[in-house]
Amino acid sequence: MRTWRWRDRLVLAGAWIAGLGLCTIAAAIVLYMGYRGVQYLRPGLIFESPQVSQSQAGSGGFLDPLEGTALLALIGITIALPLALCAAVWIVEYGRPSWLARVVESSIEVVAGTPDIVIAIFGLAIFQMSLLAPFSVRASGGGVFGRSFIAAGAMMSLIALPPLFVATRNGLQSTPVHMREAAFALGKTRIATIRRVLLPGVRSDIATGVTLGVSRIIGDTAIILLLLGGTARLEPQGSVPIFNLLRGTGSTLTSYVYGNSPAGEGLAPQKAYAAAVVLLAFVLGLNLLVDFIGRRQASASGLAVGSAIV
Amino acid sequence: MLDRLRRPWPDDRAERTLGAVSLLIFVCVVAMVVFVALRAWPIFAHNGLSWLLPGGDLHGQITNMVNAPANPPPAVYHLRAWPLIYGTLLSGVIAVALGLGIALLASIFIVEFAPASLRRITIPTIRLLASVPSVIYGLIGILVLVPFIGNHVISASEKASVQTLVQLNGTGVLVSVVILTVMITPIMVALICEALSSVPVSWREGAMALGVNRLRAMLAVTVPAARPAIVAAAVLAGARALGEAVMIQMVSGSVFFSPKPTDGVVFFFEPLRTLASTIIDYNDGVGAPALRSALYAFALLLLFAALTLSVGGYLVKLPLRKYQTRG
Repeated sequence: MRTWRWRDRLVLAGAWIAGLGLCTIAAAIVLYMGYRGVQYLRPGLIFESPQVSQSQAGSGGFLDPLEGTALLALIGITIALPLALCAAVWIVEYGRPSWLARVVESSIEVVAGTPDIVIAIFGLAIFQMSLLAPFSVRASGGGVFGRSFIAAGAMMSLIALPPLFVATRNGLQSTPVHMREAAFALGKTRIATIRRVLLPGVRSDIATGVTLGVSRIIGDTAIILLLLGGTARLEPQGSVPIFNLLRGTGSTLTSYVYGNSPAGEGLAPQKAYAAAVVLLAFVLGLNLLVDFIGRRQASASGLAVGSAIV
Repeated sequence: MLDRLRRPWPDDRAERTLGAVSLLIFVCVVAMVVFVALRAWPIFAHNGLSWLLPGGDLHGQITNMVNAPANPPPAVYHLRAWPLIYGTLLSGVIAVALGLGIALLASIFIVEFAPASLRRITIPTIRLLASVPSVIYGLIGILVLVPFIGNHVISASEKASVQTLVQLNGTGVLVSVVILTVMITPIMVALICEALSSVPVSWREGAMALGVNRLRAMLAVTVPAARPAIVAAAVLAGARALGEAVMIQMVSGSVFFSPKPTDGVVFFFEPLRTLASTIIDYNDGVGAPALRSALYAFALLLLFAALTLSVGGYLVKLPLRKYQTRG
């Protein structure tokens, strides 16, 4: 190191600063939000519904946004999981004709690369068709509102689809061929092999995919702002028990944070911070869960993980 | 019917069913392009492609659209959206340029220089940075960075210098670009790290055996070999940057204004507006036909840019296939 030229030393110093700097930023964000959490987060906030009030003391908590976040994650994953599993199984195990498999794989890449705001406004175009009016409210003028939990959840499934698909596909691809051959030798059909051998084998990959998908869904704001109607509380529409909730409007943690920040209407930074801390805690937890699943999988299969990166 | 489903499936039917479900995804992508294009059509019909150009008062045009009656006269559709495209490109390009430098250095650090213990912390930490929701970035931006810059960094004389045109309160180019850089750098770090570590170590060792130091070996051998992946990482991060809506909407000031580089330092404090953030700003107005058409035109442009960039990213990565065996 002592014989290095000063330019090399400068670049090396830059590399250290860049690497450690990014870590510092991440740590600073987590610590700062943690500090704000200690300051503003009260257990009561989690169990109270939002109230309309001028002061931050009277505006209630974020029970409804929490429920909204959970509901959307549930809807999104429920739609995305079968789609992603079918696509991954079909592409890896059948994949005929191959150009069609390529087309499906490329479309998932396109979905992954599409900005969420475009997906959101696409959802608005879909759910404002009069054909889909039952899934949201019809406005007094006769136009379809197009904003509901179903609309937002359907678009959220597009957000969750790529990570789910990629995780499942990679799992299937790394399943050794001899496991399939052994199943075929026992007289199992292809589909039986998939159901009884392959899918149980890639369960942890699917779990990773679901975790990544949920963390994408709960962190997304653009789709919520355009498609969930922007009411602070869950507003069921109609009288059918569960369906009325699904076609109603509401809010999530992200839209609650947005709405209470100076960018939204309500000037309640304390509430925004408190909800953001909860949101960040969820995301952190899901991150840890992914790591945990990955590590358990690596030790269970007895394989050394080649590259720990990414 | 139920009985048929319960029995073990014949293979060919399973294959057809799975294939059909998979094709739904393709149908969905086609529907997305078609729907957005159809809704954007009136803008193209009235302006041709010249709505991408500068000229005219964009604020006035959008206000006309908001206030137009249900059946607007053709003049309402007049649109020249260059300021938004400029704002999108400005924030995106600066953020990618800054982020690429940082990401390259950070990746070299992670792959070659970081001690094993440090690497174990660095990788998950940077991944965490990538998964922080954009609304949290926006919140920190608008409640911490914007007031700080508005109160302590911008001087009174700088505020006075552009007072007649725009108010400087801290929102604008600087905060947008800084946060955008923080948001897209982790994506690049992940992709570049993967590429750098897939180049066989023996190549680097060969260079070092010839007497080059570790850094030079990295820069002269490994980085050029991974160049396609580095370009692809920049392209994909660029796609993310162009489409970022919520964070930019929160910290950019959301004013129809094009920051002018000729303003000197003040340029960094001037507000801007991007295509994506405009959709958020005006999403309540989709009932107005002209405005709806304009918003879908912005979305179509973003979709087109994202498609182009992902195809571009795929194409530049093709030459890397030959290193796929890990050494």
